[in-house]
Amino acid sequence: MASKVTIDPITRLEGHGKIEIFLDDDGEVENAYFQVPELRGFEAFCVGRPAEEMPRITPRICGVCPTAHHMAATKCLDDLYKVQPSSTARKLRELAYNAFYVEDHFLHFFFLGGPDFVVGPGAPAPERNILGVIAKVGMEIAGRVIRVRRELRAMMQEMMGKVIHPVFGLPGGVSKGITKEQRMEFKKTAEFAVEFAQEALAIFDKVVLQNDTYVDLILSEAYIHRTYSMGLVDENNHPDFYDGMLRVVDPSGEEFARFHPGNYTEHIAEHVEPWSYITFPFLKKVGWKGFTDGAESGIYRVAPLARLNVADSMATPRAQAEYEKMFSTLGGKPSHHTLAFHWARLVEAMQAAERMIELLDDDEITGDDIRNLPTELPTEGVGVVEAPRGTLIHHYKTDPEGIITHVNLIVATNHNAAPIAMSVEKAAKGMVHGPEVTDGMLNLVEMAFRPYDPCLACATHALGKTPLKAMIHDSSGKLIRTVVRD
Amino acid sequence: MKMAKPKVAFYWCASCGGCEEAVVDLNEDILGVVEAVDISLWPVALDYKKMHVEQWQPGEVTVVFINGAVRTDEQLEWVRLLREKCPLVVAFGSCAHLGGIPGLSNSTTRQETIDRKYHQSPTVDNPQAIVPHEKHIQNGYELELPAFHEAVKKLDDVIEVDYYLPGCPPTPELIAGAVTAILEGKLPEKGSVLAPDKSLCDQCPRKDSKPEKIEISEFRRLATSSADPEECFLAGGFVCMGPSTRTGCGELCIRGNMPCRGCFGPTSQTRDMGAKFLGAIGSLLAASEQEQCDRIASTLADPMGTFYRFSLPASILKQRMS
Amino acid sequence: MSDTNYDPVIVGFLCQWCSYTGADLAGTSRMEYPANLRSVRVMCSGRVDPTFVIEALAGGADGVLIAGCHPGDCHYSEGNYRAMRRFPLLKSLLDQFGIENERVRLEWISASEGERFAEVVTEMTAELKELGPLNLKGKLTSTGKAPAA
Repeated sequence: MASKVTIDPITRLEGHGKIEIFLDDDGEVENAYFQVPELRGFEAFCVGRPAEEMPRITPRICGVCPTAHHMAATKCLDDLYKVQPSSTARKLRELAYNAFYVEDHFLHFFFLGGPDFVVGPGAPAPERNILGVIAKVGMEIAGRVIRVRRELRAMMQEMMGKVIHPVFGLPGGVSKGITKEQRMEFKKTAEFAVEFAQEALAIFDKVVLQNDTYVDLILSEAYIHRTYSMGLVDENNHPDFYDGMLRVVDPSGEEFARFHPGNYTEHIAEHVEPWSYITFPFLKKVGWKGFTDGAESGIYRVAPLARLNVADSMATPRAQAEYEKMFSTLGGKPSHHTLAFHWARLVEAMQAAERMIELLDDDEITGDDIRNLPTELPTEGVGVVEAPRGTLIHHYKTDPEGIITHVNLIVATNHNAAPIAMSVEKAAKGMVHGPEVTDGMLNLVEMAFRPYDPCLACATHALGKTPLKAMIHDSSGKLIRTVVRD
Repeated sequence: MKMAKPKVAFYWCASCGGCEEAVVDLNEDILGVVEAVDISLWPVALDYKKMHVEQWQPGEVTVVFINGAVRTDEQLEWVRLLREKCPLVVAFGSCAHLGGIPGLSNSTTRQETIDRKYHQSPTVDNPQAIVPHEKHIQNGYELELPAFHEAVKKLDDVIEVDYYLPGCPPTPELIAGAVTAILEGKLPEKGSVLAPDKSLCDQCPRKDSKPEKIEISEFRRLATSSADPEECFLAGGFVCMGPSTRTGCGELCIRGNMPCRGCFGPTSQTRDMGAKFLGAIGSLLAASEQEQCDRIASTLADPMGTFYRFSLPASILKQRMS
Repeated sequence: MSDTNYDPVIVGFLCQWCSYTGADLAGTSRMEYPANLRSVRVMCSGRVDPTFVIEALAGGADGVLIAGCHPGDCHYSEGNYRAMRRFPLLKSLLDQFGIENERVRLEWISASEGERFAEVVTEMTAELKELGPLNLKGKLTSTGKAPAA
């Protein structure tokens, strides 16, 4: 009997979404749709605002990754006013940004996506969360997770004014620098971060890689999509979270494009579907061919695994060692195993932590010259960073007074919208077999989106949400079963 | 027999997740919270669903902290349900308190929002001018999306609210203070904002640099100027919402060498913080002739978006007239 | 686009020392002018908090007049300068809300200028008739609390 299963709301991610799964008469999944029911309209209500306020307004797109928006907006102002940040200012921005990367990636691994592995996908729902993780790994490690994030976030607050919704970014620089005392404190924090990144990778090894069931799950066909990958790289093709050129590789790993982020409109277009508020970006030069894999389809992925696919190597030594280990376990590069995003995330956290030490070892970091004032009238600018969840593009146009006239935002998770939809559908088809749809099966479907660490508030610069419950109706609409997604 | 731990709930409407992060920023203290209470609902971190809330006995869950602004029917349904079940409802954060940044959407129209997103973007490839629909048949399946309303509202526009925790986001100290006050039964008068009832200027680290008489001959903008790290922003000609904003935030933005933008909302003495601020800052123009006044005023960029950055739905006018 | 049945409501904040007296003079001199203005006496035009103007418009006024002593003649020396300084910002703000600048006016009317007062009210009434009713009360989505669920 044909029926529909709704997962509403999906949980343990930032933002709101629902998944509709349609079963055929044999109880097999015919189709599944990942819907995002939010839209806030930043692109409309930022019009009329002074450009320099954008680094303080756009972080409210997302309170989990506000630093990413703050940084993209600040870089966009640099471009808008055609002013370069001073050398110290640039390093300060990079330092704060890498600190953010470390704490945010740890947040995801321990609080959001990680519980699926650490506690287990089939575990009862009340345990599939940070509290279950604490119970499993122990209070000591839990204490260290909390402590490393606390120190990193305290550092970010001292540097950027606020940690949730930073304020220090300005065109041509930042509003405040750091003292020698702060530099020493921060160095200790950075060293702890490197140490803990090592521990997190060790936990991943022990809990996930040594568990055959999990490894099979990671390598299974149900969680693979062979797509293009995109990310920012420096001149040596190392991942660069703060700046660089955008590089795209095809599903076999060959470079497909390498361009200045300011030219993004030549490479990226967004497709609209009537059943979701989110748009679906695709590579313009390949074209929109629907929700399919392969080199013929313009669909691409961003975020940790994609960034590592795009890079030739990591920028720092310990991260490089982990990168090599990861790809060798996964059977080569590029890797299309969606669940491996969790692993790549920890490798990135290691690079970010090591990079913090490099920046703090540079004497320029305590310099006084933190601002170059603009001399040109503003017109148009693009600012791109790699947010933890993927490439983040801010694009503004202003009048000569610097008042915003147009805004275009393509936010990290946006790029992954089509891959998420495809991953959810593929996982549903692979894991859900009716007519008895269990809670465990449904969690395996949700596990298809969690590796992307989606930020759905970001993805739709969203406003609004929808409540969530799972109900199974028969084809006449009669409620035959309610599944508790806990 | 062991006493049951009191139960608390967290919920989010049109939210960015920053208020959730603020709770997580209790850090080690959160373990203390978890010791003292049971968390019955928290979508960002726990998997409880609507059906669980529907099964709560009235009063079973002592307090619900609701963050985010209200713009859809689903949010209305959820907050009414939570109001019904919980004796205490706390509006948590600027969006629930005043409308917040999403409230800036009231400066434009729903149609404009849709046009800019789906038709006018330089990257949207939409030759058929498709717009997402509330009900849509795709391949024979019916898919639904919630409609969003014309205007953004704050929480007490749609349900009765017992207390307000201000800020974007509220600080961990204020949150911890509020939770403690609730658990110890030491709350102030109903309807109170749980933060000191003074303006930011009262606590500002730069207040000693504020002259007796501030005179502004031109409004400067941080895009093209730098602020002295020790001088009162207003004295330097930079718009700072301090005079009309409630304190309690630790003056974090000021310490970041950036002016206040008013996220804590007004003190209890003020009905409309934007209008009040306009009156205050307007008086500071260094001019005694109308033409001069007009000229100086024209250097202040975006009065509406600056004076009502977080509080447009809470203002008397609420939204731009269509 | 004027509604023939529409009679503009003007709220006038008149300073005690000059403008209110000037309005009185218009009355005692039996000058004829439209009865559309509701007067609110304030001690000084500088007392007029922009909140009053906004409340008046939100409460049903189609236009608001602020009237005070001529610059230099303020009973409290500086008060009317405050009104003068606030006024352009108020107009910019209202403009962003979509409220036409013609709906708010700042005028200097001395105690002996009864005729001027009558002139201003006549002009404003005609202008507002032309502009049409503001009807903010009808357009605002919800003021205050919603009914309990």
